[in-house]
Amino acid sequence: MHKIYTFLKYTFITLWTVFIVAPFLWAISTSFKDFQSVNSKVTYIPWLDFEPTLEGWRVLVKSPARGGVDIVEPYFNSIFVTCTASLISIILGTLAAYALSRFTFKAGFVRNNDITFFFISQRIMPPIVLSIPFFIFLSTIGLLDSLLGLVVVYIVLLMPIAVWIMVDFFNRVPKELDETALIDGCNPYQAFYKVVLPNSIPGLIVAGMFCIIFGWIDFFFAFILTFTEVQLLPVKVVALNSSITPWWSLSASALISVAPLIIVAFVVERYLSKGNLSGALK
Amino acid sequence: MNFKHKFIFLFPGLFVLIGILIFPIIFTIRLSLSGWNSYTPEMNFIGITNYIRLFTDDPRFWESFFRLSFLSVTTVILQYVIGFSLALMVWREIKFKRFFRVIFLIPMMTTPVIMTVIWRTFFHESLGPVNDLLGNIGVKPILWLSDPVIAKFTVIIVEVWQWTPFMFLLLLAGLLSLPKEPFLAAAIDGASPFRKFVYVTFPLMAPISIGAIIIRLIEASKIMDTVFVLTSGGPGTATETSSFYIYIKGLREFQMGYAATLSFTYLVIMIISLTIIAKVLTKLMIKE
Repeated sequence: MHKIYTFLKYTFITLWTVFIVAPFLWAISTSFKDFQSVNSKVTYIPWLDFEPTLEGWRVLVKSPARGGVDIVEPYFNSIFVTCTASLISIILGTLAAYALSRFTFKAGFVRNNDITFFFISQRIMPPIVLSIPFFIFLSTIGLLDSLLGLVVVYIVLLMPIAVWIMVDFFNRVPKELDETALIDGCNPYQAFYKVVLPNSIPGLIVAGMFCIIFGWIDFFFAFILTFTEVQLLPVKVVALNSSITPWWSLSASALISVAPLIIVAFVVERYLSKGNLSGALK
Repeated sequence: MNFKHKFIFLFPGLFVLIGILIFPIIFTIRLSLSGWNSYTPEMNFIGITNYIRLFTDDPRFWESFFRLSFLSVTTVILQYVIGFSLALMVWREIKFKRFFRVIFLIPMMTTPVIMTVIWRTFFHESLGPVNDLLGNIGVKPILWLSDPVIAKFTVIIVEVWQWTPFMFLLLLAGLLSLPKEPFLAAAIDGASPFRKFVYVTFPLMAPISIGAIIIRLIEASKIMDTVFVLTSGGPGTATETSSFYIYIKGLREFQMGYAATLSFTYLVIMIISLTIIAKVLTKLMIKE
């Protein structure tokens, strides 16, 4: 009985791992192919099935004028927008989460939980519902097709995540901590800044990771709200997909676009295994 | 604690969020009562004409909505079952535990649209590896992207690949936070692994499961990116979801007024149905 169970377990894990890794292996292999090895028949293993070339990777750094795919600028745009929006969301979200976790709010029928729910419920909003008004709103104030406009929109996407994770995190930081600090003569801001915040680093990192993930993987808003001046990475790669770009440079640019966030998987796992995520994600 | 401090903490975030959102919402409601399109791009007032059109004369929207419900419910159920199994498997000591945990997390870190670009080549009907490998064992080429029924399953496969890790993450975090005592008690009673799961693990995990399912349902109800790149809603309208249909109406055909009507209706339906689902799940999964 026990043996069968173990066998099934490892079979399942192996199959799932293969399923997860398969598209990556395929993309890596494709990125080294040339016309012949993509279009004649399906090939898999370099040297054995086909002769690898570096062409797919070389075009990434060439300028468009010389037949390259200009991916460097979208790359930095994406990094800039994601990091700025995440940072602002984390700062505002953490402050709000602290207030919601420590103080009582009462206004009519509205209580703390209702305010927290208001923040988190913004995730329910389908992007398409917001995109049309945002389109008109940003063009009125002249921020359409600009990095700043995207940052503003991304704050709406990311702040709910920051509030969600930080409220739960602060609820687990003992109240006595701030109370002691207040008795010792700190004002509430000092208590927050000097005592609570340093004890919340794991929560902040987890919230930051999630903001970065959900900022980095967004496609729809970037697609609707930017055209030519500013391009983000996902939009750029999808644009390549619909043009005549050969599979090898498509695969190479896709791989290079998803690579940085894979590091995040390691960080998240570290915090998960240490048990820091458990409370934060409830 | 002093009265005013708490507002200084709360208000920046709250007002930034309300400030950014209030305009779009009011604007959408107002726009939905107008006939704004590419011929008359202005905010006139035509009453509830758009709503009448939606409820009496637009089967395509309702079809896309039921398709979306089917896709999101199916993917979330699959994600929950697979994610929970995976979480249970790497919860306790196994070989290479941390390695598997990282691997299982990776897909959610990758940009859906970009991975879908790769999936498109992966499922390519003549040059992709899936049909080639299946061909080697004698299976006829499957029309992954151009058959109306199979295309739905292709979307489901890609969605499950992409988002099972999120479910896995939430559930594993939950498992790791469970108290030890009930498991010790079950071990002393000599309960089999199956009974342990049914009577100890699952009931303890019920609240976390509900949370995870609701979060995933919220995100899955927005399925759009994958469909956009993988099939563009096709073949025909076979994989068109509500968001995608609204996108076509609003930003391709420029029937802004009508698209706003669709958006607002869609949002209201989403809020109502998610609330009901949350209530029902709580009833079903938490006994006592």
